[in-house]
Amino acid sequence: MNTDTSARVLVIMPAWNEAESVGNTVREVLSVGMPYDVLVVNDGSRDETAELAAAAGATVLNLPFNLGVGGAMRAGFKYAQRAGYRRVIQVDADGQHDPRNIEEVLAGLDRADISIGARFADRGDYEVKGPRKWAMQFLARVISGLAKTRLTDVTSGFRAANERAIAQYLDHYPAEYLGDTIDSLVVAVRSGCKVTQIPVAMRPRQGGTPSHNPVKAAIYLGRSVFALLFALTRKRSNIQTSSVVSQEPAAC
Amino acid sequence: MLNLAAFVLALAIVGVVFEMLRRKKLREKYAALWLIVGTGTLVLAAFPRLLTIVTEFAGVQLPSNLLFIISILLLLGVCLHLSWEISVVEDETRTLAEEVAILRAIVEALPAAEEHKGDTATSPSSQ
Repeated sequence: MNTDTSARVLVIMPAWNEAESVGNTVREVLSVGMPYDVLVVNDGSRDETAELAAAAGATVLNLPFNLGVGGAMRAGFKYAQRAGYRRVIQVDADGQHDPRNIEEVLAGLDRADISIGARFADRGDYEVKGPRKWAMQFLARVISGLAKTRLTDVTSGFRAANERAIAQYLDHYPAEYLGDTIDSLVVAVRSGCKVTQIPVAMRPRQGGTPSHNPVKAAIYLGRSVFALLFALTRKRSNIQTSSVVSQEPAAC
Repeated sequence: MLNLAAFVLALAIVGVVFEMLRRKKLREKYAALWLIVGTGTLVLAAFPRLLTIVTEFAGVQLPSNLLFIISILLLLGVCLHLSWEISVVEDETRTLAEEVAILRAIVEALPAAEEHKGDTATSPSSQ
């Protein structure tokens, strides 16, 4: 099993009560016809998410209780590393991310360790307004400065990682709120991972509704700044830089 | 009279902590602090003059103020310690949850792989 997973790509899909969309999303990813394996991390769902995902052909990690996106992703990365995958990509279970873009985002790994599918980079019509937008712009600017490259959408959940980034993530992938996006990215950048972004278009969600409540947006801004400040003061993680020829995935 | 009440209370605290330790309801690392607090109260209740002496020495106006400050600091310390401990425990639980989920996925994949040997890896992608 270990021998051929290294050439394959693991699509990690954190899912919490996503029964209405997860089946379709998994089928869509698998029907693209590329060497993708889908891992749905069922984050303590109370509905049929796990059954539907498994029926659609995904491997399912059943977390016994809800850990949040950060916790789910960490479990996914752990699985990926043990199974020997060299490249992973996180895709939302709600169908927001177009599976046909996966290959484009993965192509970003040729020149970086982390590749983000960005929603605002002049493609598609994804739009947010008011304080939430300001928060996202502010975060994007700060992290762009850190990463020394232009990033427009640092909170995107559509991101790919190579072996080096997986090892770093496993060393530090906080399970706090926003930890899966901002915190993990900042620490990865500070630990020496290269980041790049690929413009992608977002589709409307198949289930659930996005929130446009200004109070929630303000809280979001506050918490993201909080997360950012902490991330900036955290210690760097030591990645085993077995950069070119690494037979074994770096031990964590 | 009041001193006697304080003494009895302190004695009760120390007794309860001791009993909990004996029955293994309390880990030793948490008990140490409570035993110190209990013993301190016991000593103070037995010799109330001690508090007055320390108050004068520390430059505090009222003995009760000194008592309050010490108690507040102690409680603050205990709260912080408990928050820290619970964070550690939460982190451990999280790691266990991840581990369990991965192991379960592996175990569930075992009989399936046994049934159709050979085409294990190709099955998901061929849709």
